[in-house]
Amino acid sequence: MNKLKQDFPILQNHKITYLDSGATTQKPIQVINAVKNFYEKQNANPHRGAYLLSVEATESYENARDKIAKFINAKKREEVIFSKNATEALNLIAYSYGMENLKKDDEIVLSIMEHHSNLVPWQKCVKMTGSQLNYMYVNEKFELSDEEIERKITDKTKIVGITHISNVLGTINPIKKIIEQAHKKGAIVVVDASQSIPHMKIDVQDLDADFLVFSGHKMLAPLGIGVLYGKHDLLNQMNPFLMGGDMIEYVYEQETTFAPLPNKFEAGTQNVEGVIGLGAAIDYIEKMGYDTIQQIEKEVIAYAKQELSKLDYMTLYLTPNEEHHSGVISFNLKGIHPHDVASILDSEGICVRSRKSLCTATDEIFGN
Amino acid sequence: MEDLNDIYNDLIMEHSMNSYNKKKLDKCDFCEKGHNPNCGDEISLEIKLNGNLIEDLAFTGHGCAISQASTSIMIDTLKGKTIEEANEIVKTFINMIKREETNEENLKKLEDAIAFRNVSNMPARVKCALLAWHTIEDILHQNGCCSA
Repeated sequence: MNKLKQDFPILQNHKITYLDSGATTQKPIQVINAVKNFYEKQNANPHRGAYLLSVEATESYENARDKIAKFINAKKREEVIFSKNATEALNLIAYSYGMENLKKDDEIVLSIMEHHSNLVPWQKCVKMTGSQLNYMYVNEKFELSDEEIERKITDKTKIVGITHISNVLGTINPIKKIIEQAHKKGAIVVVDASQSIPHMKIDVQDLDADFLVFSGHKMLAPLGIGVLYGKHDLLNQMNPFLMGGDMIEYVYEQETTFAPLPNKFEAGTQNVEGVIGLGAAIDYIEKMGYDTIQQIEKEVIAYAKQELSKLDYMTLYLTPNEEHHSGVISFNLKGIHPHDVASILDSEGICVRSRKSLCTATDEIFGN
Repeated sequence: MEDLNDIYNDLIMEHSMNSYNKKKLDKCDFCEKGHNPNCGDEISLEIKLNGNLIEDLAFTGHGCAISQASTSIMIDTLKGKTIEEANEIVKTFINMIKREETNEENLKKLEDAIAFRNVSNMPARVKCALLAWHTIEDILHQNGCCSA
């Protein structure tokens, strides 16, 4: 562990215990250096200039796309679209797929533990199309049961939005089961992998996910870079989300034809440093390996659970099934507001997330 | 740590845990909601006037110790004051938290509310301490109770 800490300059610069990686991870020196190297040796606008530097910037940018496609086992490199973050990717899907395809009385089904980013865009979508929004609720183990999944995903369901791992509960959702059920009923599935991709191998073909999104900054990469994966046929039939430079083919005075995938969805100058930093973050994760990552997490979580459960004034909100639980521990101290707890922990150099709860809809789980 | 111990003192803990000001008034002239979406602090502030005088105040709601105690202590401080005096005190409190008012003489008018002085060293908690004060500021301004 201490050897790993050496990779993170911020942990040398501050005496802190950083426990808020679910909000954003700290960055290893390898990622910081990749970004620095880009600006010192390669900076130019990709896809633009007819000069060597721009060609090199384009190559770095597109090589990172190849790396990400391989990392999530996408069938084609064009299925990887860069976005600002998971939120923007989810908005893209809601606008360019949801609003164009949903009709009155169609249904969108979400889990009650969705992050606001996979909830609010769908509320808007429902309002614009006259469709319905339904939720899958968790049982007493903070899990989605097979019965709940089968009950809520019906013939009327056209889109299912599901977080792979809940940022509030740490529950690992049965997304394979959910995707199977959705496909049986003719719905497409949008997976939010923001919390899972730093912890486990994502294989979009094995999952058969229609769309899958994640943010770079929660997996050691810089802020401001995210990924949208979509099945080629779906992305291909969708209209662009943002209009502008670099996403066009021909522009006439009154109309425009659009570039093919992936550029169709990447309007304007992109966050090239972010893309390159994300590539470096993937190198870092692959070098360490998910087996090692999971082994370390297992030890830390087991220790935390053992010690925290000794405190009789503390309530933990997590599933008792260890194999269904990832690296998030939600807790409440009886009679003390979370914000006060966070201030007191902060005074000891411990950084935690405090909130009534991070997603409004799960407030009822905690009885707020 | 010093700031923190200073903030979580007996006065503030008592006001946050069971405040006698946490109730509904039988009759009130104005009611205003204050909300801090970042941490979920929520208060509803009621005010009863008698001419130019703030006759009674009460609040309901929930939130962190700082937001709740700050509301309760503000009520103690403003009860029985004229609108002009209240407005002056509110301005002084907000400026104290923003570190724009440090004159000891001026701060005296805050009475117990001076206990929140060190919140100005805790940027993450400034919003909690100011919630009630911004809420009453809205009441006083919106309803033409003062000319500021």
